[in-house]
Amino acid sequence: MTDEKFHFSASIKKKLAITGIVGVVLLVIGLIALVMGGGHEEASHGVEAVGHAADEAGHGGDHHHGGGSWMTRVYANLWINNVYFTGIAIIGVFFVAVQYVAQAGWSAPIKRIPLAFGNWLPIAGILMLVIWLVASHDLFHWTHEDLYVEGGPHYDEIIAGKQAYLNTPFYLARMVIYFAVWFLFFRWIRKEMLAEDLDGNTKHWKKLVGISAGFIVFFAVSSSMSAWDWILSIDTHWFSTMIGWYVFASWFVTGLATITLIIVYLKEAGYLSMVNSNHLHDLGKFVFAFSIFWTYIWLSQYLLIYYANIPEESVYFMERLTSSQYAPVFYVILIMNFFFPFLSLMTRDAKRHVMFLKIVCPVVIVGHWLDFYLMVTPGTVKEAGGFGFLEIGMALVFASIFLYVVLSNLAKVPLVAKNHPMLEESMHHHI
Amino acid sequence: MEGGNNFLLGIYEDEDVLLSAVKKVRAAGVKIHEVFSPYPVHGLDEALGYKRTRLPIAAFMFGFLGTTLALTMQGYMLAIDWPMIIGGKNYASVTFVPVTFELTVLLAALGMVGTFLIVSNMRPWAKPRIFDLRSTDDKHVMAVDLDLNKISSEEISKILNESGASEVNPKQFDH
Repeated sequence: MTDEKFHFSASIKKKLAITGIVGVVLLVIGLIALVMGGGHEEASHGVEAVGHAADEAGHGGDHHHGGGSWMTRVYANLWINNVYFTGIAIIGVFFVAVQYVAQAGWSAPIKRIPLAFGNWLPIAGILMLVIWLVASHDLFHWTHEDLYVEGGPHYDEIIAGKQAYLNTPFYLARMVIYFAVWFLFFRWIRKEMLAEDLDGNTKHWKKLVGISAGFIVFFAVSSSMSAWDWILSIDTHWFSTMIGWYVFASWFVTGLATITLIIVYLKEAGYLSMVNSNHLHDLGKFVFAFSIFWTYIWLSQYLLIYYANIPEESVYFMERLTSSQYAPVFYVILIMNFFFPFLSLMTRDAKRHVMFLKIVCPVVIVGHWLDFYLMVTPGTVKEAGGFGFLEIGMALVFASIFLYVVLSNLAKVPLVAKNHPMLEESMHHHI
Repeated sequence: MEGGNNFLLGIYEDEDVLLSAVKKVRAAGVKIHEVFSPYPVHGLDEALGYKRTRLPIAAFMFGFLGTTLALTMQGYMLAIDWPMIIGGKNYASVTFVPVTFELTVLLAALGMVGTFLIVSNMRPWAKPRIFDLRSTDDKHVMAVDLDLNKISSEEISKILNESGASEVNPKQFDH
């Protein structure tokens, strides 16, 4: 095996820098437009008309949101992007772990790419903590103390009933635990994978199967719990037993599309000589299959709530479907994340050809960003939400920094494992 | 499929030997009628130079038929023939999805199996030719149609032997 190493060239850095600068410019334009536009401060009251009737039973309106609504919108955007990119990062580690536990041979030469995603985890963790400490009162209704004062004017029986789980110390502890354990597992997996390059001992591979199994057990629980914490608790009164799976499905398919896209571009740049259309076929199948999986989860959540028609549950979809700004996003998501990848990746040839993957993967990636946008925005910014330069700019800034961190770490280690016991099998991979 | 009645069968013990044998035999200019194996051998289709199967197209057609059938059926039953208003909801809605999904999958699967059985000459009334019963047990059988090949039987027999066949047997059919 050659010592193939990814060279994080100046031209790629330049492209990322330009993307980042464009993002900052759009962000600033969006911000100025918002602040100048002003007058939206009290817009949160309009939301009552949207179908918050059940919500209002316990307490009289949302007048906790003291700051300007444009601040809330900025915080919400930070939260969307951070949860979204945290997802891609942890899915990178999860993907590697799945390959080891399944003892998969085909993926031997590509595992370094998803592995590099894990380097984003510490940054994501710190960002998450900082954003939460700054913006928790604006984003999370349940963080207001007066909701828990029995007999007080804002006492909320339902939220108070959830206090055992939803309280600031426990919430922060959980956040720290998720990130700490995820990061430790990532470092541990990375350490063993790199050690294998040096001595070629198969004991590393055997050990990685065990570590990965442990990680998957922890991730099975923590992916669901983090979804309750970071997404579900925004709509505190609402509940969905599907949300853990829903967020995981969205994360997973985004991660798979990102892995595929990076591999396709590396391949085009002349790296990864071992990767051929058979490997791309497998990655394409992953994106195809988990787009369907996401839709399955989406329907499982929507259909039951639609059928039962209980106000406490259907309020979530009423907020989205009866609002002129969120309803289009609702339908666009289904087209981008289901109909488009389903129909365009259905044939064998589409999965094996770079052109299709280069079209479908970005659509899926953007589509799932919109998915997170729709999960977070209506519950935080309410009627004052929108989609404009601010959203696009913030996403571009996050994307360029994320890619910078991932690619610079990818360049630090050999791009392809040298002594992976399944390299030979992967070279002859044929489907 | 139909050819002559005179065949020469090369019997192979191992799939790797078989794969290389197929390539060698074809390279020697012998046309292979068919290879029978007890289990699917990866790469055999390519080695034999077969065109890719069009079965997925059949699967898509049957699946699409299932989708259409399910939507038409539910639409007719619940919205046109006898409008059913359940819980004040629309007649035609997201509630159609599960039935549509199931019928799509059902028709795609059954249609694909049916197509496969017909195309591979395994339909119930078919009387397939049995070349060597051991091809359902532990032997790979390569059948060469002597009437379609210009090379002499002795020459082909030699080629098969050299390619790694454990035995070479003639086989004749009466019909």
